[in-house]
Amino acid sequence: MTKEKHRNSGLGALSIKNVTKVYDPEGVNVLAVDDCSMEIAGGEVCMIVGPSGCGKTTLLNAIAGFHSVTEGSIHLDGDLLCGPSKPLADQGADRMVVFQHGALFPWKTLQENVAYGPMVQKVLAPREAMDKASTMLAEAGLGSFLTKYPGEVSSGMARRAEIVRALINDPKVLLLDEPYRAMDALTKQIMHESLLETYDRTGVTIFFITHDLEEAIFLGDKVHIVTTRPCQLKKTVEVKIPRPRSYETQSSEAFRKLLEEVSDAVHEEAVKAFQAGEREMA
Amino acid sequence: MTATKKSFFAKFTGQVTLKRGVSAILIFLVIWHVGALFDDWFGVDIIGIGLVPPPADVFAAFLEVIPKIGYWQSWVSSFSRVLTGFLVAMLIGIPFGLLLAVNRYFRGLFFPPFEILRPIPPLAWVPASLIFWPTNEMSIAFVTFLGAFFTIVINVLGGARSIDISYLRAAQSMGASQFDLFWKIVLPGTLPSIFTGAAVGMGITWEVVLAAEMISGGGTQGGGGLGFFIWNSYMGGSLEQIVVGMISIGIAGYLSSSAIRKLGYFMMPWRRLF
Repeated sequence: MTKEKHRNSGLGALSIKNVTKVYDPEGVNVLAVDDCSMEIAGGEVCMIVGPSGCGKTTLLNAIAGFHSVTEGSIHLDGDLLCGPSKPLADQGADRMVVFQHGALFPWKTLQENVAYGPMVQKVLAPREAMDKASTMLAEAGLGSFLTKYPGEVSSGMARRAEIVRALINDPKVLLLDEPYRAMDALTKQIMHESLLETYDRTGVTIFFITHDLEEAIFLGDKVHIVTTRPCQLKKTVEVKIPRPRSYETQSSEAFRKLLEEVSDAVHEEAVKAFQAGEREMA
Repeated sequence: MTATKKSFFAKFTGQVTLKRGVSAILIFLVIWHVGALFDDWFGVDIIGIGLVPPPADVFAAFLEVIPKIGYWQSWVSSFSRVLTGFLVAMLIGIPFGLLLAVNRYFRGLFFPPFEILRPIPPLAWVPASLIFWPTNEMSIAFVTFLGAFFTIVINVLGGARSIDISYLRAAQSMGASQFDLFWKIVLPGTLPSIFTGAAVGMGITWEVVLAAEMISGGGTQGGGGLGFFIWNSYMGGSLEQIVVGMISIGIAGYLSSSAIRKLGYFMMPWRRLF
């Protein structure tokens, strides 16, 4: 059902127009995002790549409604999320975030975590929410870990459960902030395959922040490379590798070429970021 | 479920742990025995140690007081004082700490006076509360309450303020109301700190009760308790009974803190893995 909804109507289109964000801690203005524009089609996997501390997370926070924007506007399917008249977007279940450090509630079991959204929104009775949670966790291969607490499962399982917790709310957009950071290469590979499988099933729009260039190309329809702080769109690389993609995709010629292209653009920014860092230190 | 239970009991009654605990206590008793009888055996004192009754004498004194009703009355009165002060401190301290954590106006209003009163040691309140409260019993209860209150509030406040903001954001994105946020996120997120505060607060409560009993327990009203038991033994010159009183307090404190640990174990199933 979810699949048809997203696949057929292309819901979840994000339009980011001229967004600028100035932080003002203790009177010192810090320009985090400068006049950044991006168009993300409904059902697209959009990867954001850029140097550390460049303002990618600021952009994600603006979409999610955690931070206000200073200038510019963000629309979701034509509806205003935030703009000059309303700098802070409302937080809502149409945009679910999967956090950098993981935010499963440690005091709830995996099943209770997943059932939480439909339960507090009162769209499902507690019993139904728990049933749906167990079905969805089983689909993600976590059927035998329903009553485990997040502290009892591996970080890979916790991440998968967190994505399930987001998806049960039937979001239009999934916002992922470096979710697979600090995972070993093998776990990462499993995570990627699991996410791709989920995407192929639901067709939800994905806004994915990462440092990992291979991850960006393997998962994405488009890779947006952003500049070092302030964050601006530098280059967009389209990934025209057909889906479903598999592990072997990564050794193809097309993949290697794209990686080179993205690498070149990112490397330039990384050098700039490094030099800027040295200036700040001096 | 059964598996977790088994492993818990295995952990605490496991052969190795039990053996270690028992042998540690035995070694302690041997050292005590040698120390106490050193000058009888060798004719010289160990420097700095005077008349310490040996463990056997203390044990005999223990057997002597166990049938006496007065000894058990001391237990009851100390325990009821600790419990009263502690429970009142929890009942007021937990909501007070949570309010300080979640409400900016409340924090602005109440945190400064709280921080000025907090550094005053509970025992410094004894003279004032003896004058202020109509009965000795009430002043002991009040001082006991103070001992636990500040510790509990500080722990609750710190715990609630250090909840990962991602939990709050995630819950809010999923549509949690302010009510849900408080009861489903802030409260369980603070529980570990509440139990830390309770454990520390319980220790302070015992300290304060004993000291307050020594100071005021000799009077005609109120009175009694393990603190007074020790004081009375001191006045009567019974060294063995002093030590009996001290060990009784040790046991009482151990019982109290293990009760808190048990409660924490049942209320925080997600922390059983540690």
